[in-house]
Amino acid sequence: MSAEIGQLALILAFMLGLVQGVAPLLGAHRGDPVLMSLGRASALLQMAFVVLAFGALATAYATMDFSVALVAKHSHSTQPLPYRFAATWGSHEGSMLLWVLILALHGGAIAFFGRTLRETLQARVLAVQGMLSAAFLGFCLFTSNPFLRLSPIPLDGTELNPLLQDPGLVMHPPLLYLGYVGFSVAFSFAVAALIEGRVDAAWARWVRPWVLSAWISLTVGIALGSWWAYYELGWGGWWFWDPVENASLMPWLMGTALLHSALVLEKRGALISWTILLAILTFSLSMIGTFLVRSGVLTSVHAFAVDPERGAYILVFILVATGSALALYAWRAPAMRTGALFSPLSREAGVTLNNLFLLAATATVFLGTFYPVFIDVLNGDKISVGPPYYAMTFAPLFVPLLVLVAFGPMLNWKRDTARAVLLRLRWPIGVATVAAGVGTAVFGFARVGAALGIALGVWLIAAAFMLLIRRWGLGRKGAETGRLIRTTPLAFWAVAIAHAGLGVTTIGVTAITAWTASEVVTMLPGQTIDFAGRRVTLDALGPETGPNYQAQQARFRIEGEGRPFLMLSEKRFYPSSQSQTTEAGIHGETMGNLYISVGESETLGAVTVRLWWHPLVGWIWGGALIMALGGALSLSDRRMRLAMPARKPTPARAAEAAA
Amino acid sequence: MRRLAFIIPVVLFLMVAAALGLGLRRDPSILPSMLIDRPIPAFDLAGLTPDDPGLASSDFGGKPVLLNVFASWCVACVIEHPMLLQLQAQGVTIHGLDWKDEPGAGADWLAQRGNPYALIGSDPRGRTGIDFGVTGAPETFVIDGHGRVRYRHVGPITPQVWAETLQPMLTRLETET
Repeated sequence: MSAEIGQLALILAFMLGLVQGVAPLLGAHRGDPVLMSLGRASALLQMAFVVLAFGALATAYATMDFSVALVAKHSHSTQPLPYRFAATWGSHEGSMLLWVLILALHGGAIAFFGRTLRETLQARVLAVQGMLSAAFLGFCLFTSNPFLRLSPIPLDGTELNPLLQDPGLVMHPPLLYLGYVGFSVAFSFAVAALIEGRVDAAWARWVRPWVLSAWISLTVGIALGSWWAYYELGWGGWWFWDPVENASLMPWLMGTALLHSALVLEKRGALISWTILLAILTFSLSMIGTFLVRSGVLTSVHAFAVDPERGAYILVFILVATGSALALYAWRAPAMRTGALFSPLSREAGVTLNNLFLLAATATVFLGTFYPVFIDVLNGDKISVGPPYYAMTFAPLFVPLLVLVAFGPMLNWKRDTARAVLLRLRWPIGVATVAAGVGTAVFGFARVGAALGIALGVWLIAAAFMLLIRRWGLGRKGAETGRLIRTTPLAFWAVAIAHAGLGVTTIGVTAITAWTASEVVTMLPGQTIDFAGRRVTLDALGPETGPNYQAQQARFRIEGEGRPFLMLSEKRFYPSSQSQTTEAGIHGETMGNLYISVGESETLGAVTVRLWWHPLVGWIWGGALIMALGGALSLSDRRMRLAMPARKPTPARAAEAAA
Repeated sequence: MRRLAFIIPVVLFLMVAAALGLGLRRDPSILPSMLIDRPIPAFDLAGLTPDDPGLASSDFGGKPVLLNVFASWCVACVIEHPMLLQLQAQGVTIHGLDWKDEPGAGADWLAQRGNPYALIGSDPRGRTGIDFGVTGAPETFVIDGHGRVRYRHVGPITPQVWAETLQPMLTRLETET
């Protein structure tokens, strides 16, 4: 029964989306308040129906209703309940429903909280949001209906891909989608502003929390995905430049640019058309991310079922949405007010430079991701672009960007002098120089690159501290430090913390790139080897049975500095889906991770063992979480709240803030 | 002039979209092999049972043949199997590589379903599979009369794949040698 309710709710939501896409636009054009309020009503109703549809699918999964084709395909009676629930978005159809759900929640939030917006602006934003909703709901209904029934009803389902049965991956798609879809609000605001032909500080104040919350989710989502790949794929890598990973990185880079330029627009009224362009591009890249995973244009380790028909639908949709938004931009943006002027050395200029670097970095990732497609289209060759390409193109763009990050918040608005800025940054410059010098001395001249990488991270962290030190008036005579600390706005903390987080990640990436140690050995139970300054003993090797898998489990005892500890590493086999996964044993420490994965058993009871020492790898994700924390602090700043007087976060947004 | 700058994004976008649209029409499952036009890697594998002659790289050459990677645990191989038997009946030489299989499992499997292979090598640890760049079973390589890999097909051989790709290729290679 629940499937039919869901199906009906989805159809109703689709029709409401159509109404929402047209009525408020017409209403805003004619100045008709009734039509405009129709937009608000349909957004709220649509939200209710999509929530109902999603609930229906989740119920079907939880109750193991194998008469629903999708449930039968991705759920198995031995699969634990949390994973049966998570399987709701583990499939292509279910994840599209999740996408639509988040879109509808955002639409509802604009309708509900946006009452203080200029009425015509809200109506137009809702109309754009409605068109997006209708298009994605249509996509669900016409090409990927999650509620199809199956006859005859199978006795049991086929299992969800075992790789996806993992706590990290349960949260990964919702977070990514919160990010992707969150940028749709910025897109809708940008298009609405282009239709209205005006942008003001109020517009930017409104857009920024949405961009920020989307950015936070995406940051955490990407970090989680990277962490998952690290421990689940059993290769010990943390980033593979896989097309799907790139698909999430591109909106993140562009969203970061948008975040900063929207800040300039809000504070200084500059970079108007630039911010609008970034808003359009960020969401377009989010949609391309969706397109990539589903279309079969690119092969990838974690792609969904490939279906060119779906790919074509999304491509046409992107073509219409992005194409018309950019055409609108070409037509309307030149006529818009140009922003306030600023000198080449000012905080505005710093943000512009940061934007250009981020744009260029996005472009290199885009090119690397799609180059194989372009080459294939041009002359039919199949090639793949690997990490060397990114090391050559992405790194040279990102390193100067990281150097520049520290300057941004130290610059004055409007105009500044180089001498003054360097003077303000003299301590961080000193600390970073010492770090580079000491690093080179300790690690040797051959490791000068690694020493510079560490120094770069130190530079970012030191500059972030310097921001706070200056704000608190430490070392300045007569400064009321206590009062200054208390009155430091959260948004100020946010800048310092987010930038410091970037420094932490930089150090982690440098360390794992420079000092990873690994070894492959064949071990018999009872055998001991020396690795990375420890003694690793294979204690026991034997079969293990889980709820829906059989495993070969290896138990290791590690002795070295500190107390000895045990590590487990498994190779699992899931009979119902005939697939294998590797559950690597990972022992996390502040200074690095010991990572052990076992291969297949050799003859005579021996087993192939791969050992890794990953120095500071945890800092990569730790830094990302610190960045997200910075974002959350900025989001909860009082001034940000003032922009949204009817303050009561929706569940989705509260979850993001907590993340 | 200023106006022109605002048109650039939409023009660039349309170009990218056109390329992506063309990209949709290609088939991502066609994975080329690193070994195309190169001699097959050297290997010498035992058979499925002690009496079996096994399969070695020196068994290739003379006339073009197919090398089919299969395993008893592979579901798609069951689907492919009748097609292989049919090809054998048509006189096509197919060598088999029993990939990552338990000892004895491959022999039982073939005993149950019929043996379409001329020679079979057992590769329980998948070492030879790695040399060939095998990503999964079933997979089929076309190997010419000089013992060079000429084509790699991933997935089961369907009547369509046979008629449109493999058969024309084998016919061409036969005239070549």
